[in-house]
Amino acid sequence: MPPKTMYEKVWDQHVVKEMPDGLTVLYIDAHLIHEVTSPQAFEGLRAADRKLRRPDLTYATMDHNVPTTDRSLPMTDEIARLQVDMLSRNCAEFGVPLYDLDSPRNGIVHVIGPELGITQPGRTMVCGDSHTSTHGAFGALAFGIGTSEVEHVMATQCLLQKRSRTFEIRVDGVLREGVTAKDIILNIIRRTGTAGGTGTVIEYAGSTIRGLSMDERMTICNMSIELGARAGLIAPDDTTFEYLAGREFTPDGAAFDRAVEEWRTLATDDGAEFDERLALKADEIVPQVSWGTNPGMVTDVTGVVPDPAGMDSENDRRAAEKALSYMALEPNTSITDIEIDRVFIGSCTNSRLSDLRAAADVIRGRRVSPRVTALVVPGSTAVKQQAEAEGLDRVFLEAGFEWREAGCSMCLGMNPDILQPGERCASTSNRNFEGRQGRNGRTHLVSPAMAAAAAVAGHFVDVRDW
Amino acid sequence: MAEPFTTHTGLAVPLDRINVDTDQIIPKQFLKRIERTGFGQFLFYDWRFKGDGSPDPGFVLNEGRYRDATILVAGDNFGCGSSREHAPWALQDYGFRVIIAPSFADIFYNNCFKNGLLPVVLPGDTVRRMLRSAADQHPYSVSVDLERQVVTEPGGPSDTSGPSDTGSAPDPGGASHRFEVDPFLKHFILEGLDEIGWTLQFEDDIAAYERTQCTG
Repeated sequence: MPPKTMYEKVWDQHVVKEMPDGLTVLYIDAHLIHEVTSPQAFEGLRAADRKLRRPDLTYATMDHNVPTTDRSLPMTDEIARLQVDMLSRNCAEFGVPLYDLDSPRNGIVHVIGPELGITQPGRTMVCGDSHTSTHGAFGALAFGIGTSEVEHVMATQCLLQKRSRTFEIRVDGVLREGVTAKDIILNIIRRTGTAGGTGTVIEYAGSTIRGLSMDERMTICNMSIELGARAGLIAPDDTTFEYLAGREFTPDGAAFDRAVEEWRTLATDDGAEFDERLALKADEIVPQVSWGTNPGMVTDVTGVVPDPAGMDSENDRRAAEKALSYMALEPNTSITDIEIDRVFIGSCTNSRLSDLRAAADVIRGRRVSPRVTALVVPGSTAVKQQAEAEGLDRVFLEAGFEWREAGCSMCLGMNPDILQPGERCASTSNRNFEGRQGRNGRTHLVSPAMAAAAAVAGHFVDVRDW
Repeated sequence: MAEPFTTHTGLAVPLDRINVDTDQIIPKQFLKRIERTGFGQFLFYDWRFKGDGSPDPGFVLNEGRYRDATILVAGDNFGCGSSREHAPWALQDYGFRVIIAPSFADIFYNNCFKNGLLPVVLPGDTVRRMLRSAADQHPYSVSVDLERQVVTEPGGPSDTSGPSDTGSAPDPGGASHRFEVDPFLKHFILEGLDEIGWTLQFEDDIAAYERTQCTG
């Protein structure tokens, strides 16, 4: 047997049927759905008089458009409420378990999947959301799909796919103090650009990655889509198994031990070939801040806003000029001189307990700058409850942050949490596209610690000097 | 079932930007609808309309001469970002049948084929020339033949390469460009096939697979 990558192993285990040209009917082990990308898929099933094949492998939550304020109050956005009600009705009709706003299991789809143990090594997982790549942190092959494919999985529990190319990204060495998983992935996208991973499935490897917690690994895999990759994978190891033990949907007792034995075989074999490779040294990475309107437009916190005039490619120069005009930034401005109006700590990238702890550590005993409005949105109800049990909510509230209910919130601004035109936000989310957080809102992507420090200072600061 | 796509001739509009993301194609405030239709009015909303809701005359789609455009020519990495199928729904509902770019993001590219919208990848130099022609010439009408995998421009020399299309350009006066497309995606969109129905012919295989995995 020739050596195989982890991606090839997981793929091979899920082939139902392969055509001569490589077109494959690929089995899907877990299908996560939410209110925004599912209604048309359910409607398609009804129109064709089709069943949802495996409601027991389908898991639903509401997260994208839900308010993060008091949940005992009715939703004021009528259209959003209709979408949420539609998900409830569809799940009831098709027998899909739903973690609605009243459920203790509710939260952002990519936070609750791992939390509940639905996400497991070696599984194939899909969701009508591009950040499904998050689940690759466990060695699950997980990727985002459109609504037509959501319907396809509902009807068949399979997808029609062709193999992707493989891309190994190695990070070795020891991270400097104050540098986080978010800084690693922003630095990677800065090097590859937002299309550098297109057509590939990434495997993140190396000693730095091995040393990361599951929360940190999820932050890395989450943003794989921001360099255009289908999915990102990290080999499961003891850190993974320790995280999964005792979760609601993970096997227990002897079955768990057997599962672990099997999961250990998933790691890429020595000598396996990748189509592309990239290597980074961890100690060269410092805290990162995005300056433009895509997640590849990133620089060091110690750096300056780049000057488009100095860029080699005409495409890059014009894109940078447009970005700086939108962001209202002058070339060569020091990053630490950029003042901010809003801070958002949350999203499927950075809303887990360790993210909230990191932010709380930075602000404990301090006050949010008078010029800043700051918001913390836990990734799930479970994260919120754990954080409250540790007293993190009090740390945030005493510093002047708002402490909210779980949801996607200001990451994409589908609910009332949006930037006003012209406002500048330090955000722990994943996309700084034009208008992403609100029309003419200006987003800078950073780690939770960097966002928290900026909230206090009123401008970006190097959290290593904090 | 998707609308089939075989050939199309139409006016091309140049959107000379790289990395056009799905948040631009259809901003999130319009994702709350529960239908597949009616998204065209919101296409490129923040670029088409000013803050007060009036059309922004500076945006190319608002120029009168492109009102009937059905082919969008754009820069690299078109459709990056979110997996929202609302993006191709909006483009198609607005009236587009073809998007031409040097590269596309994966999920968007696949989503187009499910909706009878054809994404065509052409070399960067060719697309740059087409962007200029679409801006300078009027009308700049382009033909796309999916069966033969050829895009034909009005006038100019041909730069088609490869033996499969030598001497077979439909308009002898126009430059023709061959493009690549996955045979399976091509087959499905040419026929307008129901992919779910196609997969369901393997229902026995799916059931057999489930038995081996103890998930059945």
